[in-house]
This record gives sequence, structure tokens and C-alpha cells, in this order.
Amino acid sequence: MADLELRSVAKSFGETVVLEDVSLRVADGGFTILLGPSGCGKSTLLRIIAGLEQQTSGEVFIGGEPVGHLSPQQRDIAMVFQTYALYPHLSVRDNLAFGLKIRGESRQAIESRIGEAAELLGLADLLDRKPKELSGGQRQRVAMGRAIVRKPKLFLFDEPLSNLDARLRTTMRVELKKLHQRLGATMIYVTHDQVEAMTLGDTIVLLNAGKVRQIDPPSSIYNTPADPFVAGFIGSPGMNLIEGSASHKAGTWTFTSGQLSLTLPAIKSPIPVEGVSRTVLGIRPEDVSLTPSGGPDSPLTGAVDVVEDLGADQILHVLAGGRRFIVRVPPTRALKPETEVTLYLPHHRLHLFVDDRRVDWE
Amino acid sequence: MLAPALGFTLVFALYPVVDSFVLSLHRILLVLPDQERAFVGLANYRQLAADPVARQAFIVTLGFVALSTVLEVLLGLGIALVIHEQFRGRGWVRAAALIPWAVPTVVASQMWRFIFNDQYGFANLLLFGDRIADYVPWLAYPGFAWVAIVLADVWKTSSFAGLLILAGLQLIPDDLYDAARIDGANAWRRFWHITLPLLRPALLLALLFRTMDAFRVFDLVFVMTQGGPGGATQVLQFYGYKALFTEGRMGYGAAISVTVFLAIFLLSLVYIRAVGSKLMEKERA
Amino acid sequence: MSRRILLGIGILLTVIVSLFPFLWFVVTSLKSQRQVEAVPPTWLPSGELGFYQTALVDYHLTDYILNSIVVAGSTTVVTLGIGIPAAYALSRLRVGGKTWILGGLLGVSMFPQIAIAGPVWRILDQMGGLNTRWGVLLPYVTLTLPLVIWILASFFKELPTELEEAAKIDGCGPWRTMILVMLPLAAPGIFTAAILTFIYAWNEFFFALLILTQPDKQTLPVGIALFQGEFTMPWGELAAASVIATLPLVVLVLLFQRWIISGLSAGAVKG
Repeated sequence: MADLELRSVAKSFGETVVLEDVSLRVADGGFTILLGPSGCGKSTLLRIIAGLEQQTSGEVFIGGEPVGHLSPQQRDIAMVFQTYALYPHLSVRDNLAFGLKIRGESRQAIESRIGEAAELLGLADLLDRKPKELSGGQRQRVAMGRAIVRKPKLFLFDEPLSNLDARLRTTMRVELKKLHQRLGATMIYVTHDQVEAMTLGDTIVLLNAGKVRQIDPPSSIYNTPADPFVAGFIGSPGMNLIEGSASHKAGTWTFTSGQLSLTLPAIKSPIPVEGVSRTVLGIRPEDVSLTPSGGPDSPLTGAVDVVEDLGADQILHVLAGGRRFIVRVPPTRALKPETEVTLYLPHHRLHLFVDDRRVDWE
Repeated sequence: MLAPALGFTLVFALYPVVDSFVLSLHRILLVLPDQERAFVGLANYRQLAADPVARQAFIVTLGFVALSTVLEVLLGLGIALVIHEQFRGRGWVRAAALIPWAVPTVVASQMWRFIFNDQYGFANLLLFGDRIADYVPWLAYPGFAWVAIVLADVWKTSSFAGLLILAGLQLIPDDLYDAARIDGANAWRRFWHITLPLLRPALLLALLFRTMDAFRVFDLVFVMTQGGPGGATQVLQFYGYKALFTEGRMGYGAAISVTVFLAIFLLSLVYIRAVGSKLMEKERA
Repeated sequence: MSRRILLGIGILLTVIVSLFPFLWFVVTSLKSQRQVEAVPPTWLPSGELGFYQTALVDYHLTDYILNSIVVAGSTTVVTLGIGIPAAYALSRLRVGGKTWILGGLLGVSMFPQIAIAGPVWRILDQMGGLNTRWGVLLPYVTLTLPLVIWILASFFKELPTELEEAAKIDGCGPWRTMILVMLPLAAPGIFTAAILTFIYAWNEFFFALLILTQPDKQTLPVGIALFQGEFTMPWGELAAASVIATLPLVVLVLLFQRWIISGLSAGAVKG
């Protein structure tokens, strides 16, 4: 086991820049998620860590040692692939043993490690089967087993659950979490699924278009997104984001967008008013309520447009001030389209971004 | 990992072609070994253009290529259509169709030579039965000897053309036939409006492959007729072989070689463009 | 209904036309000398094996068979030994040179033998390769490599790259990746390529004729092409020799037709 550090890693294929100046640290025993939409460079980043791709510039350190010049087989890492990449011509046992045999481990050591891993993952009865005789979940487990037996410095996961059906994905997610707790190993996990990211990782690295947008624990990513992209990417349904402008009069800040005008809470440090190209106000659907919150609120009146009933809660599409707000409320009131409602936006749940930077309230 | 394969190709394929070209610009006679090899420029090619035997060989070859490839693609289409159908014993029929391809060309040549034998041949038996007096020495007639070579080649290689066409047939989705049936097309119309147009690339491919291969015909001629009678079956590759290895006219023989090579090279360019563009599409997809 | 009749006729014609000429030789090889020389020819053979005995013993067919087995066998081994790594490397290359190399190889496979015959003969003459088995091996390997590489490259290309990456991470270098992971998976393709190479080398005549001029060095096709009796054409023995030369191929076709068909169309159509 070891820690991982990336220093200014960049990658381009010819003219196309895939990763720009990525720096991050993963502590020994940490579980870090590389999250982002497809094409954001997260898989490339993982492959650079694995040594399957060569970075254009920057350096990768595993356990404090620079590994940029090392091939994958010299880096002592294990990887679980999206397609599992089990060797189809080998039995489960031989799949698990393969990497150990290549590294010249003794027969007894191989046997005992396979035994441990099989027990840990419930593979004991499957050891003599071929991959094609296994179900998707079983293959997934073998792929993890192949990583575990190696006792590598780093575990790399490339969207390992994305080929499973929804129910199995939930089960495996829990198993993975338990596995991490039991092994205490350093894990890097690529996914585009925010639920996996929020539940599995102790740190999320959110990437978009080859750039790191935010590195933080899941709760911080959710509660204090660093920019409108992060704010919109995390959470389902996504945060309401309204473009407009901020101005102040007599110490009070006001956000306006079309017919909409909202009073804002006090701002920690002054923000520029001139020369600002983009001001975005955001609030999560679950933070909007139809009743006053008790604290300072900005009320807005509007009309219900669409109601989506999810059972556990209702998603309302409300038109207010010429803007559409998505609101998530408990299904207590039977609301019909065109009903007039008042939306209360609690001040401490508002997010303001000026030129893609988060503005902190006092 | 590539080096040995490229090495072989360079030494035993590319260098010889270049060397053939260089030789073709010289006058080299093996019967006169002391004579220096003299650079004569394009003299060998001029001589070739004026050589009536070469001209005849060229015409014989072109005729052979044209007739045999067309027949092979047509028969190949027939074989492919038959094998593509579902019926019991299909595997055996497919294996039977492959036999001519597998038989060594030399053996096939002897077989057909025997079939057209003037006394013991099956052709005479089939046509004339007991009327021995009518038996024909087929291979002694210039016209028929040529036809016999074509027949033997068609027999030997139609199944290969058939396999290429079969691969094309298998690419046509069954849905199309169902759709056509619902639109009211009968079997003949389905064949004419769906199978044939969609099969065109495969047919073209088979045609090109067979054309390039037919240009190289040698074994059949060597065994069945030795180019005779009267040069009626003397194809270019056989003429070149004789010039090079029985008459020892290295320079002149090389000129013939280069001519055959260029003819096939032009054809293969067409082929590589056809296949190459397909390859690109696949890469993109 | 008429369609089924048409199909029946098609099947019948395919089978008869394909098999008949060869069967006629089989029938001839089983005749007696008197039956072979009968005019008009007899339809049915007496079923004796005399021609096989004279062909094998008096016409030294055993030597030819041995030469053919050694030449075709070693060609297969050497071509695959060279072709497999080449195909693997080509299938994994990202560069545009790949298309050129593959296209060039295809061009080589279409070379008329005559275009390279003279220089190849001279190279072998200088190397002392005339009338040797390795002398024919060299051009055979050269001429079978393109097909083998095409078949295998298209096969390797279909195998998922993740498997190789997994092998790399498990600690394999390129050679071990190829031998331990890719080769077992490509086994069907390799087998196909081996059969086709063997058949090519077994049947090849032109270069064998040029390079092997001593009767004790010649392969079956040369022996059969130059088959001569003292006074008359020994058709019975020739038929027997031909059947012997063809029988291994018939067996290969019957056993492995699926592979052969896939290989032939992979080389040509799949690209």
C-alpha cells in the first residue's frame, strides 16, 4: 500500500488536449473517486496512473517514488476494468493466479492468497469455472479477486460497475465499500455515476474537459460546489442555476434576472460588479420549500407547470419570474398544474457564482 | 516483431521485382556466359512489342482471363446461392464444393488432361460412347485446347469465388428479405432487387481476385498442353518461363516478367483501393 | 415448389461437377492395366491396388511424399513463427504505416511468380539453395506470409485490448502477453492459417519446378507434373499418385471446412 501524488500531469493526443495540469494527492488507504461526464479525461488519468498511457508532461509518484518512466508491470498496481478483462481461456483459479505466477510467487503463496480472496469474495465454488460460465456479478467479483490477490500498492477501478444491472450495482457498491474498509488499501475509482461517487469515496476529484474542477469530500462537493459546473453535475435533479447579475444598493445585494429580483444575504468579501461576464445563482431543488423555513428566506411567487410524482416525493416544475424552477417537496399536497405557489429560497442554501467562482456568504 | 516478416518480403519479393526490372534493361544470355551483361535500355521492351509470339501470348492470356473469370464468378454465385440455403447435408455439399479448390493444380491439370485424352478420355466416352471412330484428340485442336484450359481453371477455382461471394451473401440481413416479401416481391424479384445490388461489392471482389490470379496461370498450361498446339495456349507466364529458364534469355524474360507484373500491379491497385476504403470505414465505425 | 426443385438441381450439379473429375481419377487408379487401356474406357474398376504399389515403389513416390511432407510442414512452422508476431504487432500498431504494410503484403500475395522467379533463382543459386528443401522453403514462406498475416491480424484486432492491458498490469511484457494471453485466444485463427499455409506449400508447383531439378529432391506436384513412363503415359500410376497427393487435402477439407472457409474469406473480404 502506498500514497499517490500527481504533479501537473497533462496529456494531449496530437492537437487534442485531454488533460490539463492535474495535481492531486491520495493518502495511503484513501478511496478517491475520479468523477466527471464522459470525455472529461478521467479514464485517461487512471490509465496514466496505471502506466497504460504516457503523460505528456508532469509526474506520477507512487509511495513517494516517481513512476513516470516505469511500465505498468513495474508499478505494482492492480486494475479492475469496465469489461472485467478476464482471460477467457483460463479458469477462475488461473485468472486469479496469473499475475502471481508471472511475478514468480511460490505455489504455496499463490494457493493461500487465492484461498483468502475466494473466501473474501465468495468465489470458492467457482474456482474451476471458465469466465463464460459466470454471471455478470460473478465475473465482477473475479475481476476484483484478481486485483486483491496481488496485494498491490494501488487499486485502480475503471467504471467497474457500469456493466451490471441496477440492482446488482447497488449490492456490489456496498460490497466494494466493505472491501475497502477491510483491506484499508489505497483505491482510485473512475465513474460517471454520482451515486457511486457520493457513497464510495472519501474524496471526489471532479473533472470536466480535462481540468480539475474541485477536489473535496463528497459532502463538501454537494454542499459547497466550487463552480456552476460542479453545482449542476452533482445532485439529481440538478441544481436550479439562473444566470443574471448582482448589484448592491445601500449595503444590500440584489440578484436580478429578467423579471426576477432576489435579495441576497450579506457577502463575506466584496465582489466585482464591473467587468463581470457571468453571474449565476443556484439552489438545489430539495432546498426550495413551499413554506417559510424559519430563517431568512427570499420568497418568490409562481405557477406550477408540471408535477412529477415519485412516490417518496414530488418534483414540481414552477414558473416564477419568467424562469423555471425545479422543486422537490414531500408529497403532502396534491398540487395541480397552474396552481399558484410561493417558493421560499432559504438564504444559507443559495449558491452564488461570479465568473465561475463561488462567493461565500457571511 | 515485424522485422523477420518484412525481411523475408524485402529479400524474396520486393528485391526480386526491382532486380527483374533492372535485368529487363540488359541483354543477358545464359548460353553465352562470358558475354558481359550489356545495358540496352528499353530494347527488350521494343523487341517484346514487336514479337508476334509475345503478342499471341498476350491475346491468349487476355482471352483466358476474361472468359475464365466471368464464368468463375457466375458459377461461384450459383455455388454460393446453393450453399447459402438451409438444407440437410449442407455441410457435405459445402465440403464437396471445396474439393476442387483443395486439389493441387497439377493434379487437376492431369485429371483434365486425362478426361480430354484421345483414347481413354471421359469426354469421348460421354459424347461418343462406343463409336470409337468418332473419338476426338481434343487437346490437339488449338481452339479446343484453349477451351479445355479455361474449363479446367473454371472447375478448379469457381468454389473459391463462391466462398468470397458466400461471405457477401451472409452479410445481407434477413430483415430485408422479409420486408420485400411483405411488399409483395417474389423470389426472382427479391434476388434481382435485393441480393444482386447488395452483393455487388462481393462480386467485384471475387472478380478482381480471380482476374489477378488468372493472369498468373501456369500449372495448367505446363501440364496439359505445354503452350501448344501452335501456341494456342501459350500464356504470358509460360512464355516468360520458357524465355528465362529453357532459353536462358534473362533480359528478355525479365521484360516479359515485368510486363505481367505491371498488369497485375495495376489491377491490385484497384483492388487495394476498393478494400482499403472498406477498411477505413471499419476503423471509423 | 419450383424453388425447391431449382435448389435440388443446384445441389446435385454442385456435388457432381465438383467431385466427378477427381472421382474419375480414383476410379482409374483402381483399374487394372488392361482396363485403363481399354477403348472405349470401362466405367467400373476391378478394384485392385496394383497401380498404387507400382507408383509407390517403381516410381519412387515415397521420396516425393517425404519431400512434400517436410517442405509443407516446415513452411507452415516457419511462416507461423514469423507471421504470428508480425500480425500481432500490426494489429496493435496505431500508426498509419499499418495500412501501407498490410496493403503492400496483399500486393505481394498477388505477385505473379514469374516476376520474381529469375532473381529468386539467382539468389538461391548464390546461397547454394538450389535442390535443397530450405531453398524452396524461403520463397514459400515469403509467399504465404501475406495471407497468414492478414488472417491473424484481423483475428487479433477483434480481441479486446483490455485483456492485454490486464496482462501488462499483471506483469507481462509484450512477448509474454502474446504467448500467454493472445495466442491461446487466437488459436482458431492460427489453426486456420496453418491449414491454409500447409495446403499452399503442398500444392505449389512453379517454384518447386525451378528450384528442385533433381528427382530425389522434388515434391509431389513436380513429380506428378513430370510423370513419365518409358514408352507410354502410365495413366494408372499417375492416377494413383494423384489420389495419394490429394487425399490428405480431402481429409483436411472434410475435417476443417469451416475454418478453411472462414480463413479464405477473412483474408479477402474482412480486411
